[in-house]
Amino acid sequence: MRLIGQIAVNVFKESVRDKVLYNLVAFAVLLIAVSYLLGQLTAGQDMKIIKDLGLAAIASFGRLIAVFIGIGLVWKEVERRSIYSLLSKPIRRHEFVLGKYAGLALTLLVNVLVMTVAFYAILAYLNTLYPESIQVTWPAPATDPGMLRAILLIFVELLLITAVALFFSTFSSPFLSAALTLGLWVIGHFNDDLRSFEAVVESPVAAYFARGLYYVLPNFGAFDIKTQVVYALPVPWLYVVTTMAYGCVYIAMLLTGAVAIFSRRDFK
Amino acid sequence: MDAIRTEALTKHYPVGFWRPRAYVALDGLTLDVGQGEVFGFLGPNGAGKTTTLKLLMQLTFPTSGRAEILGRPVGDVSVKRRTGYLPENPYFYDYLSAEELLHYFASLFGYGAADRRRRVSDLLDEVGIGAERRLQLRKFSKGMLQRVGIAQAIINDPEVVFFDEPMSGLDPMGRREIRELILRLRDRGCTVFFSSHVLSDAEALCSRVAIVASGRLAATGELSEILAFKALGWEVVMGGLDDAVLESATASGHIDRATALGGRRYALHVPLSVAPDRLVAEFVSQGAELVSVNPVRETLEEFYMRKIGAVSRDRGLADVGKAPASSE
Repeated sequence: MRLIGQIAVNVFKESVRDKVLYNLVAFAVLLIAVSYLLGQLTAGQDMKIIKDLGLAAIASFGRLIAVFIGIGLVWKEVERRSIYSLLSKPIRRHEFVLGKYAGLALTLLVNVLVMTVAFYAILAYLNTLYPESIQVTWPAPATDPGMLRAILLIFVELLLITAVALFFSTFSSPFLSAALTLGLWVIGHFNDDLRSFEAVVESPVAAYFARGLYYVLPNFGAFDIKTQVVYALPVPWLYVVTTMAYGCVYIAMLLTGAVAIFSRRDFK
Repeated sequence: MDAIRTEALTKHYPVGFWRPRAYVALDGLTLDVGQGEVFGFLGPNGAGKTTTLKLLMQLTFPTSGRAEILGRPVGDVSVKRRTGYLPENPYFYDYLSAEELLHYFASLFGYGAADRRRRVSDLLDEVGIGAERRLQLRKFSKGMLQRVGIAQAIINDPEVVFFDEPMSGLDPMGRREIRELILRLRDRGCTVFFSSHVLSDAEALCSRVAIVASGRLAATGELSEILAFKALGWEVVMGGLDDAVLESATASGHIDRATALGGRRYALHVPLSVAPDRLVAEFVSQGAELVSVNPVRETLEEFYMRKIGAVSRDRGLADVGKAPASSE
């Protein structure tokens, strides 16, 4: 564990110095600019839009980092041969893979935390601009803590995307890894449609195939509860916890696969 | 117990996508390196040197054969604690400084903060990195990266250290410093296994060498044995030598060739079959004077080229139709 932690801290340090956290500035500027523009156009209804946009921005910025740093985590080390020196130290290959993953997870955690604080700060400020007569028309208070459930699931989704990117990057090029990860993410958002595929096709083979894919592919749609929290629709904690558990099992399987492939890999 | 031992170590790489064929990068390498030796692993580019080092570091896995370091199988974490490795043309993390990189690597060996600080500082001094130690590595030249690479290879004060082309990218001063460092490591009892295609490095440092060519071991032994391998003749330098006397000696086959050094002074190459003392006596009787007499032996360079030529010829006949080299 000590070695995994040390590798993770190094990944985090590299990410910070590689200006990955600059995205936070972009996030804050985007949110403030949109809030200002919407404030000019609508009469109090912009709060829902700002919440929706803020949560979408947290997810989108996180996904960019997860995919584009995730695919480079292993590839960059191999391509630049820095892995040669590292693997000659007393570490095992699985410690390398898990350390790399933990480092990016730490980077994402810091990102999501900072974005969340900025998001709530902007919402709290906007709240002061509206009279109570408008605030009572909102489905939920401006700084509704219920949104944290959505953010929690966004974070688990980011961890899952990172695991997918890392898995592909253990055996393919960055371009292919990015394409496969993004492809899987898009398909994973339509996973529910695969389950009900048998209702729209006649071929039992196609229906079984679709059902098989439903079980095998990650269900990214399950992590998206933005609409529910923005409109203050009930999202039980049980749903949040079981979805997180589903994400963790999937991540564990992907990391096991990544370790298995990486442990047998020749560095030519 | 040997420091390093390989038995019939072999590595094939598949080449081609649809119908992969085996490219033989290393073919049955058997070697023993004793503890405390400075062992030179020589050969031209593509000979299998880097492949051998990667196999010893478990960066690649052997197709067959086995290797041990300090009596334990390679890849064993307990062995990695006692060894160091400098890869060829090392590259590290762009955004770390030399100091941070060494701190990071020292932490992987479990050094405490105080030990780490002292060790990192001493090592950077030893490899000649001064104020630059706080610069990010992306701003380092190739030679500076090589020095950092050497420092990280010995961060754990290893018992066995593997250097892949340690002089690569260094200026003459840097080469001398690294030679001195290797000798200091030897004096501390560290076994140094280094690969190089620069023979002068091996001549200056090694007690024993192995020569590989086309993935096969061409020769191994004491450097002094290899240098004394073949006497080729004598080099006699004479002053005040008449052209007529020189022509007569050349015509009679007593001299292979003569090189004018200026002012009637000549360096004469005398074949092994001719006794140099008689020839010198004859020249002196004709009014010439002796400057020097030295035996001409096969240099390591010539030995190396001869061995590589022989292995390549064998290999060329044996490997007709095999895939070309894609890496070492």
